[in-house]
Amino acid sequence: MLAYAIRRLLISIPIIIISTFIVFLLVTYSGDPLANLRVKQPIPPPQVFAKYRHQFRLDQPVLERYWHWITGVVHGDFGPSVEGGGTLNIGHELGHRLIVSARLVVAAMVIAAILAVVVGVVSAMKQYSIPDYAFTFTGFLFLSMPLFWFAVLLKEGAIWLNRNAGTSLATIGDSSPTVGAGTWAHFTDAVNHLVLPTIALAMTSYAAWSRFNRASMLEVLSSDYIRLARAKGLSRRRVLVRHALRTALIPFVTVTALDMAAILGATIITERVFQWRGMGTFLLDGITNLDVYVVLAWLLVAALVVIIFNLIADLLYGVLDPRIRYE
Amino acid sequence: MNSRHGGRLQDARGRAGTHAEQTEEVSSPNAPVQGMALERELVEAPDREFTVAARSQWSMVSRRFLRHKLAMISFFVFVAVVLLAFVGGSLWHYNYQGFTNDYSVAPSLKHPFGTDSSSHDMFAQVLRGTQRSLEIALFVALVSTAIGTAYGAIAGYFRGVSDSIMMRIVDLFLTFPVIAVAAILGDQLGPKANGWLWIAIVLAALTWPYVSRVVRGVTLSIREKEYIEAARALGATNRRIIARHVVPNVIGPVIVTVTILVATAILAETALSFIGFGVKAPDTSLGLLVFDGQTAVETRPWLFYFPGFFIIVIALSINFIGDGLRDALDPTQTRVRA
Amino acid sequence: MTASTGVSTSRNNSDGRSNDDALLLVDNLSVGFPTEDGVVHAVRGVSYTLRPREVLGIVGESGSGKSVTSMAVMGLLPKSAQVSGSVRFRNDELLGLSESALAKFRGEHLAMIFQDPMSSLNPVYTVGWQIAEALRAHHDMSKDAAMTRAVELLTTVGIPRAKERANNYPHEFSGGMRQRAVIAIAMANDPDVIIADEPTTALDVTVQAQVLDTLTTARHETGAAMVLITHDLGVVAGQADRVLVMYAGKPVEIGSVDDIFYTPRMPYTLGLLGSLPRLDAGDAERLTPIVGSPPSLINLPPGCPFAPRCPIRQPICDVEEPELRPTTSATHVAACHFSEQLEGKSPADLFQTSVADDVLPEDAGESEQQDRVVRGEETAEQVPGGGQS
Repeated sequence: MLAYAIRRLLISIPIIIISTFIVFLLVTYSGDPLANLRVKQPIPPPQVFAKYRHQFRLDQPVLERYWHWITGVVHGDFGPSVEGGGTLNIGHELGHRLIVSARLVVAAMVIAAILAVVVGVVSAMKQYSIPDYAFTFTGFLFLSMPLFWFAVLLKEGAIWLNRNAGTSLATIGDSSPTVGAGTWAHFTDAVNHLVLPTIALAMTSYAAWSRFNRASMLEVLSSDYIRLARAKGLSRRRVLVRHALRTALIPFVTVTALDMAAILGATIITERVFQWRGMGTFLLDGITNLDVYVVLAWLLVAALVVIIFNLIADLLYGVLDPRIRYE
Repeated sequence: MNSRHGGRLQDARGRAGTHAEQTEEVSSPNAPVQGMALERELVEAPDREFTVAARSQWSMVSRRFLRHKLAMISFFVFVAVVLLAFVGGSLWHYNYQGFTNDYSVAPSLKHPFGTDSSSHDMFAQVLRGTQRSLEIALFVALVSTAIGTAYGAIAGYFRGVSDSIMMRIVDLFLTFPVIAVAAILGDQLGPKANGWLWIAIVLAALTWPYVSRVVRGVTLSIREKEYIEAARALGATNRRIIARHVVPNVIGPVIVTVTILVATAILAETALSFIGFGVKAPDTSLGLLVFDGQTAVETRPWLFYFPGFFIIVIALSINFIGDGLRDALDPTQTRVRA
Repeated sequence: MTASTGVSTSRNNSDGRSNDDALLLVDNLSVGFPTEDGVVHAVRGVSYTLRPREVLGIVGESGSGKSVTSMAVMGLLPKSAQVSGSVRFRNDELLGLSESALAKFRGEHLAMIFQDPMSSLNPVYTVGWQIAEALRAHHDMSKDAAMTRAVELLTTVGIPRAKERANNYPHEFSGGMRQRAVIAIAMANDPDVIIADEPTTALDVTVQAQVLDTLTTARHETGAAMVLITHDLGVVAGQADRVLVMYAGKPVEIGSVDDIFYTPRMPYTLGLLGSLPRLDAGDAERLTPIVGSPPSLINLPPGCPFAPRCPIRQPICDVEEPELRPTTSATHVAACHFSEQLEGKSPADLFQTSVADDVLPEDAGESEQQDRVVRGEETAEQVPGGGQS
């Protein structure tokens, strides 16, 4: 199993190299990092352009530039940024924002997964009952509701509550600029800021996952081995949890991993609405500022996260399903 | 995935016919019962063996879909929205770009959806935004379904090395968040290309791998079916097998995928426009309208709710249609909802 | 075994036997499944009694309602199924019991073996664990004790190196071994009744006999009575005491093995016997297929459901469905208007040997030519239309 994990990781390396190269080509050819400089008034002297061209290695062939970049990344240098006249350390900023976004993504995924399992089981057990119809309908509604619209609604709702009901839900930012001393104060502040974005981000995943879990529970419940489990005289609860849910969870693991890329995309929108200084806004600012290396850094991190999650899902699949053997 | 049993259904239909004829045969005088003292009576009774008419797969599917109330309602809602957007916009007495001299008025008979602070009629704007969003979504769904189906069917049918390489490429695509890559490509190259069409092309280029995975999976399982083996044993060519056996059985899952894609594309495009990397002013889309209206939720709620409701109505009706189709195509769904 | 006691006939079941000392009493059991086309009447009034240690064979074609009957007895049908009638185990009515109340009977008193061993076991648990689970469901015992007993059971059903094999997952077992494991689960709590639903159908012919032996072992070890459902008359002949022949959701003949095999009183039973290959008959006797297929169980027309395929059909057969009536003895009942006419008839007297089920209608008329094809005197290509099938 460990050998398999290592081998899988090694296989991932060429995938990362190829995908980063494609991304590098895309980003290099899709934008001119000096475009904002060109439209500046008065037009900066040519030396400034030359300096930037050199700093951004625009004077080098693409392959060489890519090599410079990828070797730099390995050593922790993510390349220059246009931000702050080239003084911003992308790697440092990335580390900070990664932590901020990871909080949100993990919280949302955990909540969505738990809710989806519970709702999936209840819906499958009581198929065509009123709760099943209600869950199905809200599932479809969430699936069809644009995340940005729902997030704005949540935000405005919270502002209204804060004003009229005396609550103090945080509606903007990932943390307050002024927090009292002590870890506890920092923790409660972070949690307060997490509440709304987590609900927004969890919504879409929950909708898709609860539908999936319902379907796979229904499939398992009609299987021969569930019939045998019932024929053995097991309690209803044991049949449901130990036999049905246990097997229905196996494909769910893969689904969550496959959804990782979509969740990262949704994080961008969530962070935009709630004005978080996380990975999402980092990317959007990077695109707006034509900050090539920021965009590259973001895509690299995203690809790594997706690949690692798929690897974890693969290994977990092996643990959950004895029919899969890694040799 | 759901219509894999199609071949079996057709098979059963064929056999039913033969049996009916044989029943007649047995009661013919050519089949004397030797040594029996019984005088055989030839009763010209109607067919007693099959009291329920056999149905073709597609008539069964359409029957099930027509009975799916929610899907049928959704179908009419969707058609109504499409007509409203594409025909209604040109009939409405306000242009989406025209000024009306009514600034920020609430919904009224004159302005059913109110007006914004620049005196644009919101109804005209929402219709125009809906049209744009639908154009993009339908384009994405059609193009990426066409590419994805061909790609997935080829990979699944021929398997082997070509399949592995093709699917690794798909895996590569799936590592990147659609929204992020579309934002990067859309922002940089968009203005140079033809606005909305470029966004549609980018989204189609990023979504076809999802279709190809579904189609490949279905194709892989179909090619292992006994009826394919039988066709091959009878000497059918690859072309004939693909045309007569693979394609008809892949169509079901593909249609369902198309519906999912339309909904996905609507949500992706509006999200892109919302974060500022999709459709841009002076053109408009539902996402852009929501973005413009987000600060006015409390003061002028009509600016925020109407475009949002239109997105939800489109996506919801499409999703319900897809669900109805999925149920209708699933031959195991014969049980009455009790 | 099957001789009727005849002493205390306080109440008789429709199979002509008294209900006293019955272990399992199924009375007028009917099952309907609502579908888009109407209700499928899969079982239309089945009654039988099962006495301790007795083996009842239920035979019939696919779709005759054999499996549905036993699922109804175990309460394993989907919720949408409409079940009526009565199923009594000793003195307890099982129909209408809640899932939790039924759980007390299942495994402990009534055990079941299913047709497909490949999918009957949960793929994510070891075989030993699944047997131990059955034990612990009805007995307060430690996990270790249950596991030890599970290994013993595996040994009993003939799994070699049972101790190691108990830790294997189902996919590491062959089909025959899986079915033995399912039998071990059925045996686990010494049930009073074992229902075996086509236990050998999905298995290789070579393994079938071994699994049947294992079933016999299971019966002797537990002292259970058995309901053996099969479409294979050969299996019934070797195992059963009594036989119930089902057609279109109803029993059409019930009797002892000898009654059914030597003095059948229903054309369908005769047809089934005629389609059974016999080693003792030599090549003088050819197989006689029953042409056609069972009727659809939706909107069943009046009359005898077998009439369309029946060689001795009379006008009354299309009007009135015959009831089960005593024939050669009080415990040998058959549902046929003309059962007395079947006395001394062999399958070949009623059914044609020449008409095969898959023959196209235009061929079937030319029976002489067909005969030669069957004998191999002509190649199929020479027969008009022969290549189509």
